[in-house]
Amino acid sequence: MAQAGLTLEIAVPTAGRSQLMRQRARSAWLFLAPMLIVLAAVAGWPLMRTIYFGFTDASLADLEARQWVGFANYFSVLKMPSGRVVYDGLLVDPVWWRAVWNTVRFAVISVTCETILGTIVALVLNSEFRGRGIVRAAILVPWAIPTIVSAKMWQWMLNDQFGILNDILLRLGLISTKIAWTANTDTAMIAVLIVDIWKTTPFMALLILAALQMIPNEIHEVAKLDGANPWQVFWKVTLPLIRPALMVAVIFRGLDAFRIFDLIYVLTPNNLQTKSMSVFARENLFEFDKFAYGSAASTLLFIILGSLTILFMWVGRVKLGGGR
Amino acid sequence: MWIVRRGAFYLLVAAIVVIAVFPFYYAIITSLKSGTALFQVDYWPKTFSLSNYVIVFTVGTFPRNLLNSLFVSAAVVVISLFLGVTAAYALARIRFRGRSLLLVTILSVSMFPPLAVLAGLFELIRALGLYNSLFALIFSYMIFTLPFTVWVLTTFVRDLPTEIEEAAIIDGATPWIIITRVFLPLMGPALVTTGLLAFIGAWNEFLFALTFTSNNEQRTVPVAIALLSGNSQFETPWGIIMAASVIVTVPLVILVLVFQRRIVPGLTAGGVKG
Repeated sequence: MAQAGLTLEIAVPTAGRSQLMRQRARSAWLFLAPMLIVLAAVAGWPLMRTIYFGFTDASLADLEARQWVGFANYFSVLKMPSGRVVYDGLLVDPVWWRAVWNTVRFAVISVTCETILGTIVALVLNSEFRGRGIVRAAILVPWAIPTIVSAKMWQWMLNDQFGILNDILLRLGLISTKIAWTANTDTAMIAVLIVDIWKTTPFMALLILAALQMIPNEIHEVAKLDGANPWQVFWKVTLPLIRPALMVAVIFRGLDAFRIFDLIYVLTPNNLQTKSMSVFARENLFEFDKFAYGSAASTLLFIILGSLTILFMWVGRVKLGGGR
Repeated sequence: MWIVRRGAFYLLVAAIVVIAVFPFYYAIITSLKSGTALFQVDYWPKTFSLSNYVIVFTVGTFPRNLLNSLFVSAAVVVISLFLGVTAAYALARIRFRGRSLLLVTILSVSMFPPLAVLAGLFELIRALGLYNSLFALIFSYMIFTLPFTVWVLTTFVRDLPTEIEEAAIIDGATPWIIITRVFLPLMGPALVTTGLLAFIGAWNEFLFALTFTSNNEQRTVPVAIALLSGNSQFETPWGIIMAASVIVTVPLVILVLVFQRRIVPGLTAGGVKG
């Protein structure tokens, strides 16, 4: 994706070599077959089945006993004997829309913060100073820690009674009473954001740093000679040059943020304020015995992410083309 | 002025390092506490007790979970590298119809939300009789290791000089010989990068491991840690959780620090998040 499209071809076949080329094309499919079969089995087929389950009334207890129910999991209208009309299904489920809103909010805020902080860290790492190697190694630590482990570490640090974060904030006089970060409805999302930003900023910083290092030093020298101050150099020279790479990083992170599951599931379990689309879908699939409903939610999640991917790629490409 | 600026810069550097490392440091301190010392906030290590580590290794299934994680991750690395190398050769070096479409398709799989396949995978894994076994995990992890393995390796093979392969063809080498004898020895760096990233991905995976295994003996470490709980809801064994967390994280941190020069280029090419 970084370099979209691998367009190198082997030497153009001449008449004498076409026999060999045909033979090679045959062997190409032979070499690709195992990988393609595995991918079809773990991705293609399960996706089809998930979409199919979304149109049935399958339950976890007995997947076989299922019936086709059309769009009932998405939307249905029930007429009560009393004459009252009741709407049912995902599209009118406030809990689902809450999950959509939580996910969007999480994705937008986390990616924005991670991009800004990642750029700052990358700029620091790109300048020369003593101990740069140590800093570079240090920021790899959050990235290397498994998500579940970081969720647990932070859950402990954010603990309301014995957590160190409350202790620090109390000592600094920033808060007057201890806060139950992960349980409070107001702060649960903040807790999730803190942990995600802590864990993912290094990834953004490394991607941006790679782009920064591609910029020849002379460009900055020339800008400085022309009397530009560092602030101007960044906005007028550095940022436009790293923008294509920045776009790619933001798109990757954005799509990733929309899939968030692990962190929210472990850090703030059963919390309506942080429940993401993925958490909602899995809960229905395996915890609420609403397998079909969960499948429908998974399908919607796939459609949302698919559209976003296409949109981002389209926007990204237009910008990439225009930037050069 | 210069000194102020330099001072501010180093203050920023110090802040970055402290924020990045502090949670891990704090987990280590906590894991070395025992009893009521746990409920007192300390910024420096005051006690040194290995009792939490002893409990982790002697009570419960944690050692088994560690072995599970190790087995699953190693198997995932071997299988995805094998499938990745053969596919990368075909995709990078052989001209055939539908190749670019294939590359885009493989790449798009890496964008799949895992939830989109979870229900279908669950059905398939049960039908294959793999439910609650480590093979279910090895199988399902292919969905995230294969796309980037194929992608990174294809980019790498594409950049190797064509002359060496042409010389082998003239000598009558079959594609299989070319892959194993000509390319494989040259692919060391790319294999290390993709292998490491696949290992880390499999080691850290949570959703599939949580869904496709059902008892403590079959669980991998992330699930075991997430589900570690005390006798009651109000009695979370933080010391033990932190000891287990440190145990699973230390090898990863060492691995990443040792191979950081190899991992960073892989990240940029594959866009993989840990």
